[in-house]
This record gives sequence, C-alpha cells and structure tokens, in this order.
Amino acid sequence: MSKYLVNLKINNIPVTVEEGTTILDAAKKLNFSIPTLCYHEDLSVAGNCRVCLVEVSGARNLAASCATPVSEGMEVFTNSKNVRTSRKHVVELLLSEHNADCTKCFKNGHCELQDLASAYRIGDHVFIDLVKPKDKVIDISSPSICKDDSKCIRCQRCVRTCAELQAVSALAVCHKGDHQRISTFLGKPMHEVVCTNCGQCINRCPTGALTERSYIEEVWEAINDLGKHVVVQTAPAVRVALGEDLGMELGTRVTGKMVSALRHVGFDSVLDTDFTADLTILEEGNELLRRLKKVLVDKDETVALPMFTSCSPGWIKYIEHMFSEQLPNLSTCKSPQQMFGALAKTYYAQRKNINPKNMVVVSIMPCTAKKFESGRPEMRDSGYQDVDYVLTTRELAMMIKQAGIDFSKLDEDGYDTIMGDSTGAAVIFGSTGGVMEAALRTVYEVVTGREVPFTNLNIVPVRGMEGVKEARIMLKDVKPDFSYLEGVEVSVAIAHGLSNAKKIMEAVRDGKATYHFVEVMACPGGCLGGGGQPIPTSPDIRKKRAEAIYSEDEGLIRRKSHENPEVLQIYKEFLIEPLGHKSHDLLHTHYKPRKRY
Amino acid sequence: MSSTALLIKDLVEKHGKNRNSLMPILQGIVQEERYLSEDAMINVAKELDLSTADVYGTASFYTFLDTVPRGKNIIRICKTISCHMKGKDEIIETVENMLKVKVGETSHDRNFTLLTANCLGWCHQGPVMLINDDIYPDLNPGKATSILEEYMKAH
Amino acid sequence: METNVLKKVDIIFDITDCDYLKILDRCMSKTQDEVILDIIDSGLKGRGGAGFPTGLKWKFTKNEDSDVKYVICNADEGEPGTFKDREILDRVPEKVFTGMAICGYAIGAKEGYIYLRGEYNFLKKNLQAKIDLFNKQTIEKNFDFTIFLRSGSGAYICGEESALFESMEGFRGEPRNKPPYPTIAGYNWKPTVINNVETLVYVSMICNLGPDKFKELGTKDSRGSKVFSVSGDTPNAGIYEIELGMPLEQFVDAFGDGDTKAVQVGGASGHCVPRKNFNDTIIGFEGIPTGGSMMIFNSSRSMYNVLHDYLEFFTEESCGQCTPCRVGCQQLLKGIEAVKKGDRKPSYLEELKKLALTMKSAAKCGLGQSVANPFNSIIDNFREEIIY
Repeated sequence: MSKYLVNLKINNIPVTVEEGTTILDAAKKLNFSIPTLCYHEDLSVAGNCRVCLVEVSGARNLAASCATPVSEGMEVFTNSKNVRTSRKHVVELLLSEHNADCTKCFKNGHCELQDLASAYRIGDHVFIDLVKPKDKVIDISSPSICKDDSKCIRCQRCVRTCAELQAVSALAVCHKGDHQRISTFLGKPMHEVVCTNCGQCINRCPTGALTERSYIEEVWEAINDLGKHVVVQTAPAVRVALGEDLGMELGTRVTGKMVSALRHVGFDSVLDTDFTADLTILEEGNELLRRLKKVLVDKDETVALPMFTSCSPGWIKYIEHMFSEQLPNLSTCKSPQQMFGALAKTYYAQRKNINPKNMVVVSIMPCTAKKFESGRPEMRDSGYQDVDYVLTTRELAMMIKQAGIDFSKLDEDGYDTIMGDSTGAAVIFGSTGGVMEAALRTVYEVVTGREVPFTNLNIVPVRGMEGVKEARIMLKDVKPDFSYLEGVEVSVAIAHGLSNAKKIMEAVRDGKATYHFVEVMACPGGCLGGGGQPIPTSPDIRKKRAEAIYSEDEGLIRRKSHENPEVLQIYKEFLIEPLGHKSHDLLHTHYKPRKRY
Repeated sequence: MSSTALLIKDLVEKHGKNRNSLMPILQGIVQEERYLSEDAMINVAKELDLSTADVYGTASFYTFLDTVPRGKNIIRICKTISCHMKGKDEIIETVENMLKVKVGETSHDRNFTLLTANCLGWCHQGPVMLINDDIYPDLNPGKATSILEEYMKAH
Repeated sequence: METNVLKKVDIIFDITDCDYLKILDRCMSKTQDEVILDIIDSGLKGRGGAGFPTGLKWKFTKNEDSDVKYVICNADEGEPGTFKDREILDRVPEKVFTGMAICGYAIGAKEGYIYLRGEYNFLKKNLQAKIDLFNKQTIEKNFDFTIFLRSGSGAYICGEESALFESMEGFRGEPRNKPPYPTIAGYNWKPTVINNVETLVYVSMICNLGPDKFKELGTKDSRGSKVFSVSGDTPNAGIYEIELGMPLEQFVDAFGDGDTKAVQVGGASGHCVPRKNFNDTIIGFEGIPTGGSMMIFNSSRSMYNVLHDYLEFFTEESCGQCTPCRVGCQQLLKGIEAVKKGDRKPSYLEELKKLALTMKSAAKCGLGQSVANPFNSIIDNFREEIIY
C-alpha cells in the first residue's frame, strides 16, 4: 500500500514527502543539514538533546526535527533567529556540563560536540562550569571500554545501543534532574557487569565519554624495544575500513597499503588473521561434521546441535552471561585472533627460530571485545599470553598518522609468509554471513567432492543485512565417507547484532527452530560494523564496507579455505590433522558460565 | 529462598509478570523493606526478565524508591517554599538534634532516616512531614518532638 | 474584557442531591456523542493547569478506532502550592469515579486508572475501599467499566501526562515526544483520555445539572468555577472554590494579610504577579491560568529565596532527559547564586533571562518550558532583591 504524500515548505522551498517522514529527513531531501546529537540512524528516536530544533510556523514552541513528523501545509524554518539562538544555547549548555579538555581527549578531532562548538564559534563560556569532580574519575576497569562521565552529554545513544541493538542493557539512564547520569547497575565498574565489550556504544558516542582502552603506547614501546620481535596480525574487516580514518573514500580496499604502513610503522612480521580464519574453517567445519556424525550415526544425545560459531568475543561473553545453558552448543574453536596468537608463539616462532619469550603479538582488530579476549585465562596455550596487545582499526590509523606516513601515497605490499596467505573465504569473515559462507564452501566440497551449487561460489542467501537469515542446502551424492549425510538438508541460520542473536537463541532454546549450524556475530553487519571500526557508523556505511569485502573475495584466485597453501602446509608440518592433538591443545577451548544478574 | 526473594515472588504473582507491574512490585518491596537492596533489584530483574541496570535506572528515578539502605522509619520533611516560609528549618534542626543525624543520614540504631522532600501537598498547613506513609501537618518544634518521641518509644 | 467579582461557590464538595449512580444512569440514557456534546457545550477546560477543552479531548479519543482505550485520572498533584486534589479525593472520591465512568462510557473505554502521587499514600486504603464498592455497583448495573488505583513514587514530572504513562508502564517517568498525543497513543500506546481530578468532578456536575448550569459561572473564556489552593502569607490558608475570571486585586483583598507584595499564580511553574499588577490581572484562561495554586507573599519575604526555592525544585524534579531543562535549570539556579555572591555581574541576569526563554521554546515538555514563567517574572519585578 502506498503512503499518503504530504506537501510542506522548508525555508520557503516546497517539498513533497511520504506521510510519517520526519522534518529532519524531509530537510535532508532538500540538502538542508540540521545538526543532531541524540539522533542516530541505527536507533529509536529520543528527541532529547534538542540540537535539531526547527521553527514551525504557528507552533508555540520549537520542534525537534528528528522526532516531529511532517504535516500538510507545514512551514518549517531551519535557521531562523529563534532557532539559532536556541541551538547555540543548547550547545553552550552541553558544554557547561562537559569536561572540555579537548586536547587531552582520545576523541579530539572526532567529536560531534566539538564540531558543533566549532561550527557555532562558541568561544568564552557564558555559563557556569557544572562538571562534578567525582565524574572526572574515569572507569578503566574494563580492558576494552573506558567510561568517562565528565564527557557525557546524556544523549542516551549508548543506552539505546545496548538495549535495542544488543539486548544487553548493561547501561541505563539513572537518577533524575541534576543527578541524572548513564550508569551500570548500582554504578558498578564496567568489568563487573554484563557488558560484552562489543564497543557498539563507543561507535555511537558523540563525545569522548565512551572510548576504547588504548594500547598504542605499549605497542610503540614494544616496537622500539630491539630485543622484541613484534608480530602483527590484521583482521579481515580492517582492510575495508581503515582508509576511512586516513582520508580515503568510504568502501576503499586498502589491504596492500595497510601492509606497507605496518612495515613502515616498524612491525617485524606482518601477518594475516585471514590465515587463521581459513584454518578456523577447517577446524570448525570438521567439528561440525563430527557433531553431525555423532548425532546421526552414533545417536549420541550428549552432543549439542545446532553448533554456534565462536569467532566473535562479544558473542562469547553474551552467551556466557545470558544463555550459559547453551554453552555446549558453542564450537570449541578459538577465534581466528587467538588461533593466530597460539600458533605465532609456537609454530611461527619455531619456523623463524625466535624465542617466543621475546615475541610480542599485536592484533589489529575491528573490535573492542578482542581486547578483553586476549586477556582471558583460556588464551595462554602457547605458554605465554598468546596475543599481547589488541589495537582497534581506529588506533592503527592513529599510529599511522603519528608515524608521519602519507597513507594514500603508499605502494601496495604483500604479507610475510608462513602465516600470511589467505583466501577469499577468509576475507568474507569480516561480514555477517561470511563465516557461514566460507564454511559451506569447504564443508560442501569435502562432503560431496563438488563445489557449492551457487554461481561463482557466491552463496547469496547468507549475505545481506537482514538481522536473522536462514538457508538450507541439500546434500546429495555424497562421498562414501559421509554416507550418513546423504539426503540431509543442512539448515543454517545467521544473526548479527546481539538482539538478533537473542531471537535465535530463544527459538533454539524453546525448540521452535532446528538448525545444524548457526553463525553469530555480536556487531551489526558483522566485524565490518565492529566496535573498533572508524566512526561514524550507519547502515549505508556498513553496506559499503560489505561491498568492499565481497569484491575483495571475488578478486582473489583462491576462494576456499581448504585451498590455502599455508594452511595445508601447517597441517603437514605441525598440526597433522584437523581436530588432532596439537589442534586440541592450541586451537580449541571451552568457556564457563558467567552471572547474568 | 531469602525473605526478599519470597516477597518478590508474591508481588509478581499479585501484580503480574510484566513490565507494567514494575512500579507496584518495587513499591511493594519498599513498603516492606524501606529500600531496594541489590539482592531485591536482582530478583526483580530475574522475575521480569529485565537487566539489573534497567531496574536500577527505573527505581533511581523515583525519590521514594530508595536504592541505598534506609532506617525502619523514613522521615521526609517538606522543604518547598510554603513550608520553608513557615519554618521547616526549625523542624529539621529539631529532628536532627533528636536523632543525632543530619539530613540524608540514618540513625545508628537504623530506626530512622531523615530526608527532605519536595512539596508534599500541605502548603496551607506547613511545615509538614511524612513518617513512612503518615502525614504530620501544622508542625512546630514542640509538636515534632512529641511525634518523634512516640515513634522512638515504639522501638 | 469581561471580569467577574470574586464569588465563592460550593459545587465540588457539595453532596446534596448527588446520587452518582443516578447521574450515571442519566448519562447512559444518552448517546456517547450526546454526552461529549454536553461537555463541549459546557466550555469545561482542564483544571490541571494547561486548560485544554475537556470535551474535545474526549471527542478525539472517541473517534479513534481501537478495541482498547483508557481513562486516566491524573492525581499526581505535585505543583508546589497545590493541594486541592488530595482534598477532593479524600472528601468526594465518588464524584471523581463518576466522572471517570462517564468518560469511559463516552469514549468507549473499559478501564480507568487513578494515578495517585506517592506522597498521598495515606489516602490509598480508604480510596481503594471506595473504588471496590464503586466497581461492584457498576458491575451490578451491567456497565463494563473498572477503576484501578496506581501509585507514583515521588516524581513531580509524572504529572506530565506522557511521563505518567511511562511510569504506569514501568519506566522512568520521562515525557514522550509529541505528537502522538494521548488521544491517539497514551497509556500502553492506546487512545487515552487523561483528566485532572477536579476536571472529572466538574464532568459529573455537568452531567448532573446540565451544561447550562456550569456555563452560568465564570466568563466567556473561563467557564465555571475552580478550586483554589491558597497558601503563604494569608490568615485564610486553605481550599476555596471560586468563580473564574476574577481580578487578582479582589483575591488579594479577600485572602491577603494586608501587606501582600506579590502572588505566585499557578505554583512554582506559574507567574509571579507584583502588587502593581494586581488590578489588571485576571485569574482565568484570558489572564493567568492556574491549576489552582495561589501563593501569597508579604513584604517580609525575600523574592530571592522564593526564586531559589523554585529553581532548586525544578533542578531536582526535572526528569533530566532534555538539555534545556536538565542543564538550564542548574544554570539558572547557579546563576542567581553567583549574582547574589557577586561572582557574576548583575547583567548576567539578562543572559539568564534569554536562557529561560530558550528553555520555554526548546524544552521537551511543560516542565522545562514553564521555568521561564517564575524566573522572568520574578527577575523583572524584583531585580534588586535578586542582586542585593
């Protein structure tokens, strides 16, 4: 059914939009940009910051354009005297309760409030400073997220993110009036609450109130220490987003330049998490086949299906807190980052004849939860902490700038060998549905001896930005070893964003859905929308990054994990076989329940 | 099961297991226990399938849903303009001296918490105080003293 | 302008000839539209302060197509200086219930809720007993309408209608964006009529005696009478029902202590009227509307203290969600403190007045929007008292 059309005028220019459109969106159509702070495309409308006020003829008060639908004959002014005065007042008021130590702030230059203060030329503070000294105590209890209440402008984007996108609600609006604040349960430190460290709140925080715990200085320290061999790994989603923070166009693939930059920065070995992504497919694919066999042939009731992917550390902490009774469904595979760390300090160290004690493993991740993951007690199977430091895509961009590298002019370079080769299947790990697609490409071929029956290997049903996706693949004419799978229709599901994961988990728990294999990524869009990616984020930005990822995949010669020559090599030389003893020791783990309340 | 957990189970049964029942449930707990303990908020979150931060955030919005420990009797002296004009400061001073606490504090025996409140709706008969749910208008220091003495005797 | 002389009347608390079951019968012998027309015809406007025409509210809600609709009685009386709703609910609750039931019939709602502020918990027991009896009687009449009692827990802002819905739904009492208005999406996002306690009593009076009886009272823009809560420097503090449209001068003559320098009309969120303006100030919708609070100050009072008290009240009772109100209230409060202490020049008051005007047009709800009323009227009329 088509919607009614509404005619209105904005700044005296007529425009026609669908009924229900907000003034903000109608103004966008005419290329009038109205400043916003609490508004975010990914979230429900709050209408509380009042920066987006506009004047509507005949109305007693100004209207919040983000929250006000258009109506027939409406006359809107986005830049009247009253609007400008009020808007300036609102920004001044926000600054008066904001600890504006901009030069010291991690978000300096990337702050929406700073931008507004600059746009409105707010110089001397008219109003009285209201920042409470106790708010200047920053919560750095979490290894992933810093919470600085003195920077908070109460836009509540973080609260809506945590509730609406992630179904976690670790943060809530608390108290009222001048005591109103964004708080955890009883104001507990972030590391003591149900926070999954996903960092989606950071991606949407307009100021420096929520930022990642930065380890840039520690990494520089390691690089400058001649006694250390510093290995760096880069996650799949970094290469399609890093350019955004370095002046390049949205959706630009910068893999080669990134590798060059990492060498210039001074890393001793530049390797790829994509290598262990491919390895994950072999381990996880075989784990899936083993589980299916135990269920279908051995009728082993202790084996849990569906199997859930385990690459996303935000998802891991979520299931530990919220659905701990379903932990047995979780694949025992470590995430690619942690497989990499464990192998770097064993296999790579041996091959390169480096004492692992003197090795520092740094990850560049689109993720803040990876910072937490690297510090888990489960992640020391090399005999050392497997991954020493995790930097976000944003932090890497800062290091590149600090090093004075003109990124756009860099030549493209290739990864070092041994753990640097990868396939298109690994690249697409960075997008929602990518792990599933990579797994299907390999598992289907292992079982049937044929390529997956999709044009050009593109398994379209598992792609795209729908919150929950489902797909089925019939297994026919299987190889003799897999006769137990003959005629089995493999049923899979994919969720991204934890509120979508919650839907699947509840359906599975309540017996309303039966799948064999489920991919879950904590962040909207998968890793490409991760909490460590360049800010801002929006559905459109994530779509562009996804397009870049899939085009990177299409451009590669090898697009199936089991064809990665270095992966074949490591099985031959070191791991022997998927799910073998060495794999068990280094690449697999188990997680324990955490308190939900 | 703790007495708090039992109380919450009863309240959930009475009011229903949904978000609309949150206020009556929290009010029921405060009625019995005078404040919402960590344990109480956790139990409510579990029962209604909410996050603890959400329960805390909601409760802390409401002045009467205290989330810090309170005494058996909560005294709230109205501090808004009419009561101010009619001498609420004297009443506060009187009560502070009797209980040996300042506004915001709880007596050592945990029998009394002294608070101020915004307009209690007795502007024509100020100063006024609430002790728990009972209202005491037309106060003067002498009257406040004898009212409190009655409460102290009861303990 | 048409004005009245001050005339005390006795409608609200009068219980002679007031069989509420008969009133209900009489209403239900009419069509829903006829009942609504009576209310529209009477000219009754909301008695909570905002003054929206009651009949129109009902008509809008009746016209909504929804299986579920609600009637809500707003008994979250929290405006400093107002205490009439407590008195009404204590003395004539059945009149309120009757008004709700009439509304339920007129708009097609089966459930009514009374949201009683937590400060009035002592009323609950008695009120609940009377509600139970009323519900029983309506059931016996085969009239499908049930009243429930809900409580607040100490939050002034919950008197704002959409904040009240949020609170009833188990959330923080934060006002919603409007539109949609309650008549379309109120409690549980269903069409809802929300009326003040006193408004509902006048509804039952209008249905009992007819709209013409009501129209006889008051002026063209302010029909009927109104319950006033009188406090401050007066020998006659208390509750008075007075015809609308009187000049403030007459009110002060009747209630002042002979030394009145200002009257705060409409509570903390209302206007402060200085002596020089008593004669040309009309109490009613054509002049200064009020939810009933009339607070009288004599010459011994410091208007700085008065304003300080109000600002402290708003600073604490703001829900805190929108910038102009949360931060604006704090700035106004700290601002006058700074001027008083000499930390800021007296001219800073002009900056603050401009800020108050921004709050008036930019805040999300009536709370933040109305802080400018006391602020600017007190600064304008008692500037010296603020500075020195």
